[in-house]
Amino acid sequence: MDIKDVENLAELAKIELTDKEKENLLKDMEEILGYVKQVQEVETKDVEPSYLNKNVWREDLPASSVFSKDLIIDQFPDSKDGFVKVKKIL
Amino acid sequence: MLDVKDLTIEKAGKMMRNGELTSIGLVSACLKNIEEKNKELNIFLEVFSGSAFGGDDALEQAKKADEIIKSGKGGKLTGIPIAIKDNILINGRKVSAGSKMLENYTASYDAFVIKKLKEAGAVLIGRTNMDEFAMGSSTENSAYGPVKNPFDTSRVPGGSSGGSAAAVATGMCLGALGSDTGGSIRQPASFCGVVGMKPSYDIVSRSGVMAMASSLDQIGPFAKNSEDAKIIFDTIVGKDEMDSTSVDFTSQSFSSGPRSGPRPLGKALSGSVIGVPREWLKDGVDKEVLENFEESLEKLKKAGYKIKDVLLPYSKYALAVYYILMPAEVSTNLSRLDGVRYGLRKEGENLPGRQAGVFDTYKKSRSAGFGAETRRRIILGTYVLSHGYYDAYYNKAWKVRHAIEKEFENIFKDVDFVMTPTTPTTAFKFGEKSDPLQMYLSDIFTVPANIAGIPSISIPSGFSKENLPMGIQFTGPLFSDESLFAIEKDLRENK
Repeated sequence: MDIKDVENLAELAKIELTDKEKENLLKDMEEILGYVKQVQEVETKDVEPSYLNKNVWREDLPASSVFSKDLIIDQFPDSKDGFVKVKKIL
Repeated sequence: MLDVKDLTIEKAGKMMRNGELTSIGLVSACLKNIEEKNKELNIFLEVFSGSAFGGDDALEQAKKADEIIKSGKGGKLTGIPIAIKDNILINGRKVSAGSKMLENYTASYDAFVIKKLKEAGAVLIGRTNMDEFAMGSSTENSAYGPVKNPFDTSRVPGGSSGGSAAAVATGMCLGALGSDTGGSIRQPASFCGVVGMKPSYDIVSRSGVMAMASSLDQIGPFAKNSEDAKIIFDTIVGKDEMDSTSVDFTSQSFSSGPRSGPRPLGKALSGSVIGVPREWLKDGVDKEVLENFEESLEKLKKAGYKIKDVLLPYSKYALAVYYILMPAEVSTNLSRLDGVRYGLRKEGENLPGRQAGVFDTYKKSRSAGFGAETRRRIILGTYVLSHGYYDAYYNKAWKVRHAIEKEFENIFKDVDFVMTPTTPTTAFKFGEKSDPLQMYLSDIFTVPANIAGIPSISIPSGFSKENLPMGIQFTGPLFSDESLFAIEKDLRENK
């Protein structure tokens, strides 16, 4: 890994890092990945990575919400007419 | 004044139902302890006490509880003060997950476990300090300063639920809720000398609990002993349609090793077989912790348990699996914290051309709102999920996870429980584990239970020469939760 890799990851994760932070992260990543990559030595022939998820369905019927819509809207950092306001998207 | 340190939930409950104690008296005593020690120990981020809380004020809750008890309708938790970890939503109350990102966030609904506690008439006394977004094993990652270990204030209480553990240890409440993703209930319980339990995955709803790693997170109780912990546990379990992974625990049957069926609390588990994975204890465990562990084994033998050495070769990789799967899930779960709908927003710039200015808002908000450990794990998670590494890390980790699950299933055909020290050391000093990997290794014994989704409990087992608490951990097969509580009672009664 090198600094460019850390920068790419930061871009994907939408996090801004100072140069010092990038250097520290590079060091950390190398150390941690050096530890976790031991999973690659484990024999797991024929094991499929079946995730725990299975679909749980309900009827497509509206239910009354238990949360306060006003409290949610009040907490929008920037809003107008009950809509969240953000910088341009397109 | 009432000495809360001497009281258990069971005893206090009986006293209140007999009229020897009121919830107001009990909660007042807890509030006094908080007033005296919280400034130094930094356990509570917020105490629900004062007119600003209106009907939610702890003493108002206590008053209502006293009325319920007087009417004869009081239950085991009615009027009992419980502390809540700062990542569990209480409607109308601030909840920040120990972060700056959500410093002023107000919950808009009750978590399922909170609903259950309220229905039981418990008094919610305050929200406890924690590592930011539950990432850490010491509370040093809290955006509000760490919690100090009540036994030695130069040391950590453990984490991430350090506040909840210390709150019970100091008599600031009689029980607490924490969350455990890789050991965040059991490790601080061990460092603070209290009981901490992680239930089987999927029997306690995660709805209303800020998600860290959704396939690993579980909410569980802290208490002084197992009867108290079980009272809280019984209250918070339940199938919840808002958590589609949740199941109805009471209808689960299980086989606890060679003998099947649940063991009622109080019945000696004489004859049960305890498996010790000696390989795991070879390196990195403090001499005193090992000695204490061996002493505990002797006590168990005297209480009628059988001890057997077991091999768990796949589970040796549990920590590596954890530090691949957990950051991956964290990076996904925390992507909702982008400064848009809630939390800290640092406005970005509208960028020239066709670039989305909102991305700049994400970057500035997230960088301002997330601490170092949070960023570390998000970046790590992004890496293991990225194209080219997904197979070698994320998918591979899942395969090893299945191998670990199977390994535990098989071992529980030979033994009833697996036992280890809860942690390789006693509480370490602040700043001692400045290297991330060193900090991660303190979860080496707790993590396997989360990976396998099985229940596990940490029980206080004595004190070191420096008067630091030590703990032993028992892990059982899926749905054997009730048996785990019984072991602590056995040990206590067979001293």
